Amino acid sequence: MADKILLEIVTPERKVLSEMVDIVVAPGEEGEFGVLPNHIPFLSKLKVGELRFRVGAGTRYVAIMGGYAEVLPDHVTVLATAAEEATEIDIIRAKAARERAERRLAEARDRFEFAVAQAALQRAMARLRIAEKR
Amino acid sequence: MATLRDIKRKIDAVKKTSQITKAMNMVAAAKLRGAQQNMERFNPYAVKFTEVIRRLAAGVEEVGSYALLARREEVKKIEVVLITADRGLCGSFNNNLITMAEKFIQAKQAEGLEVSITAIGRKGGDYFRRRRYDVRKRLTGLLNKPNYDDASSLGLELVEMFENGAVDEVYVVYPSFVSMVKQLPTLVNILPIVPEVEEEGEAGRREYLFEPSHEELLTDLLPNYVHIQLLGYFYQSAVGEHAARMAAMENATSNCKELVKSLTLTYNKARQAGITKELMDIVGGAEALK
Repeated sequence: MADKILLEIVTPERKVLSEMVDIVVAPGEEGEFGVLPNHIPFLSKLKVGELRFRVGAGTRYVAIMGGYAEVLPDHVTVLATAAEEATEIDIIRAKAARERAERRLAEARDRFEFAVAQAALQRAMARLRIAEKR
Repeated sequence: MATLRDIKRKIDAVKKTSQITKAMNMVAAAKLRGAQQNMERFNPYAVKFTEVIRRLAAGVEEVGSYALLARREEVKKIEVVLITADRGLCGSFNNNLITMAEKFIQAKQAEGLEVSITAIGRKGGDYFRRRRYDVRKRLTGLLNKPNYDDASSLGLELVEMFENGAVDEVYVVYPSFVSMVKQLPTLVNILPIVPEVEEEGEAGRREYLFEPSHEELLTDLLPNYVHIQLLGYFYQSAVGEHAARMAAMENATSNCKELVKSLTLTYNKARQAGITKELMDIVGGAEALK
């Protein structure tokens, strides 16, 4: 019996990660879910947030900018719009993005602009939160 | 007959041209490498995404409940997205695409359909605007660095037009990447979405848990599928453009070399003829003095 699962994270720009891991916890749209080996087939939408996984004793964090996850008994594939491991996050850029988003949020004139700014803010916040865990 | 100096000048000119084509060839080669890498990095995502979509679409019994999957019974307006390069000097690359698009558009117009065009890349846009086609939108510079944002904003727009009935079908003409030396102009129908039917493999029939529901997931995924497809076409077009330019410039460079060779031969012949003539004069003069 397999005691590890293959975690693959891909984005349109690159393959972020492909590794054998012990457990994955992903930010599902209807709440966080954890995946251990031999999970039943499962397909979920992901929201902007934190995905973490454990290999041996170490836990690592990945910022996911929304997407989908497909779970099969022996592997998890994450299709993310964008994703970065905690150590890869550009903190300066994320901070700038947060400020920009806050400004836009304050200046938003209609619901659409507000929603766009809010989404941008969420992404920046997620990046910053996860960057702290490196 | 051309004088020595004329020939000389021509040789220099051709040599200069060949320097330029050589440089363009090398630039194209460098860009090609970058574009190819991008395409390869994108591939795993696209493959996976298509797989997921297929799996979801396979479980759909009632196509009618998904606006993006349903084929309209009456088609009045269609949109053609034509992808070409912004610049020329890449052989028949742009021309092949334009020809294909024009044939298709004329055929559709002959059927009495209204056709509007989204032109990506300057060349295609110029061509159709000059001929008074309805170019709804022009986008340039997209292929320099194909990215998800561009693809999704165009995708969203097309999906919206499709959903609110402004168009009934959307087609894309793009250069499908076959190999380094071959790009095949290809026409695909991206809206309504026609998911390729999956063979009844063991993965296909697996029971899935969905979160949120199957319907919501599919509704959410379908527009994204359009974006991903567009992005894939962008990547292929970028690679195709550079590959075509590289080949064209390589041809041009070797043609230049040949031309220089034959011109040099003419030059040497003319020079030799001049020398012989002068010698004859001298010998003739000396002979006359005896």
